[in-house]
Amino acid sequence: MKYIFSLQFIYLIASMTYILGLKMLGKPETARKGNLIAAAGMTMAILGTIFFYQGEVPSFIYILIATAIVIGTILGWMIAKKVAMTKMPELVSLFNGMGGASAALIGLIEFEHYTGKTMSIATIVAGIIIGSISFSGSMIAWAKLNGTLKKPLRLPKYNILNNLIIIVLILFATFIAWSGTDSQLFLYVLFFGALAYGVLFVLPIGGADMPVVISLLNSFTGLAAALGGFLYGNMVMLTGGILVGSAGTILTFAMCDAMNRSLVNVIFGSFGSSGDVSASDGASETMKGSIKKTTVSDAAILMNYSQRIIIVPGYGLAVAQAQHAIHELEQLLASKGIEVKYAIHPVAGRMPGHMNVLLAETNVDYDKLAEMEDVNPEFKNTDVVFVVGANDVVNPAAHTNPSSPIFGMPILEVENAKNIIINKRSMNPGYAGIENELFYNQKTSMLFGDAKSVIQSLISELKGM
Amino acid sequence: MTQLIEFISDNIQMIYIVVLMIFVGVEIIGHVPAVLHTPLMSGANAIHGVVIIGAILVLLGVNPENYLGQALGFVAVLLGTLNVVGGFVVTDRMLEMFKKKK
Repeated sequence: MKYIFSLQFIYLIASMTYILGLKMLGKPETARKGNLIAAAGMTMAILGTIFFYQGEVPSFIYILIATAIVIGTILGWMIAKKVAMTKMPELVSLFNGMGGASAALIGLIEFEHYTGKTMSIATIVAGIIIGSISFSGSMIAWAKLNGTLKKPLRLPKYNILNNLIIIVLILFATFIAWSGTDSQLFLYVLFFGALAYGVLFVLPIGGADMPVVISLLNSFTGLAAALGGFLYGNMVMLTGGILVGSAGTILTFAMCDAMNRSLVNVIFGSFGSSGDVSASDGASETMKGSIKKTTVSDAAILMNYSQRIIIVPGYGLAVAQAQHAIHELEQLLASKGIEVKYAIHPVAGRMPGHMNVLLAETNVDYDKLAEMEDVNPEFKNTDVVFVVGANDVVNPAAHTNPSSPIFGMPILEVENAKNIIINKRSMNPGYAGIENELFYNQKTSMLFGDAKSVIQSLISELKGM
Repeated sequence: MTQLIEFISDNIQMIYIVVLMIFVGVEIIGHVPAVLHTPLMSGANAIHGVVIIGAILVLLGVNPENYLGQALGFVAVLLGTLNVVGGFVVTDRMLEMFKKKK
């Protein structure tokens, strides 16, 4: 009795650390501490579960658990520490998938112990479906962000097909729960069906929307964990799971908001499918203008004689690992008495806040990172805007072309600046797969090349001036 | 139907917690600057690693003869640990960078 009480008390504390931790993660000053507090709570809950367990357990089971935890800790730690900052978004997706798979496996094992108990089986099969979707979906999202899977793949009538599959899965799950069957075959059919659905669910969604998808799958895993909590009457799983489920859902909507898209639009999206075609059609009609190329030395001269420069970093900067180079350029320009700022679009890069994380890594002064709303009025007083590897977030089509898939998305209004220098590797369209009329603007000059080497040559040019 | 009503009255405390936690989750996320969306998502990602507790409970309760169950349970604990450890470490790494201003 005393033991059970102690465990419940530990769970209560752990639940509090999750709430407190998430709350603190919402403020820059307390965020890091918040994360550590939640981690401490989690450690307590895990150790408590093992040491206060009531019942006869053969010792080899303890060895099994310890081995799994030790291997998982070493592996998780190494992956999390080794992977480059630019790969962060896909890493979150990967770990999210692990949690989903864990939840699904729990369901697979526990199924046979609850035969005949309709509500428990319903909880189990729901956990299997959600966990499996979260796992396979996260793996696809991971592959997409990784660049392994490039293009959105669409089966014919994929929306109808996908909806049909999920309806069949739910009906089948209901049947399993209702009929009281103990068939392992049915269970595994359900498991693999849900895995397949997760793949089909994420495959058609474009890479630009992956952050939203990851956030959504994140809340799915939370839900799956909570279902496990319901099954065992385990409070800490319940609170942690539901907390992430609900917070994750709100976060998903916040991300959609930042891109001015609805969640329905993202999932069943027109992005790419209908939008792509009409946008590129429209583009080829209106964008017959010519682009103007520039050289590193011309760009350096232009910058050298400017008073205000705004840098717009995008994913291209991250891919080229050019964050240190851009910081050096910024300091060099500042030392020449030029006012330099970074304009950060909320969804620049692959995830909201991705650019801030990257630039913070290089010790860029926090005050120099300007948010979109604050910086937009400043463009008209800016001599040079230097766009590095960003595309969709500066595409004026969001304001001017109602047929564009990104129409209505808030953008950085760089077209108001006096000069625009755009660094890109090639003329390929951005992640949304649409043309950008900004490139054909009279004030725009294109500086082609890998972001890092271009910036480094800019630096050496500027140093000689 | 009776089973459903029975289920609800048996579990009314847990249903309370679910409902209240939904509100807590919604409240916590309101007004978070976009800058912190990624770390926040990553932190939440680590917290749902709490599913590992379920995986541990499975292994603790599994029949010593059930080898498939043990194997799956082992994998479940391993994956859950990856979720927890990887999730918290990645979040910390992201936030470490925010801190270093001056």
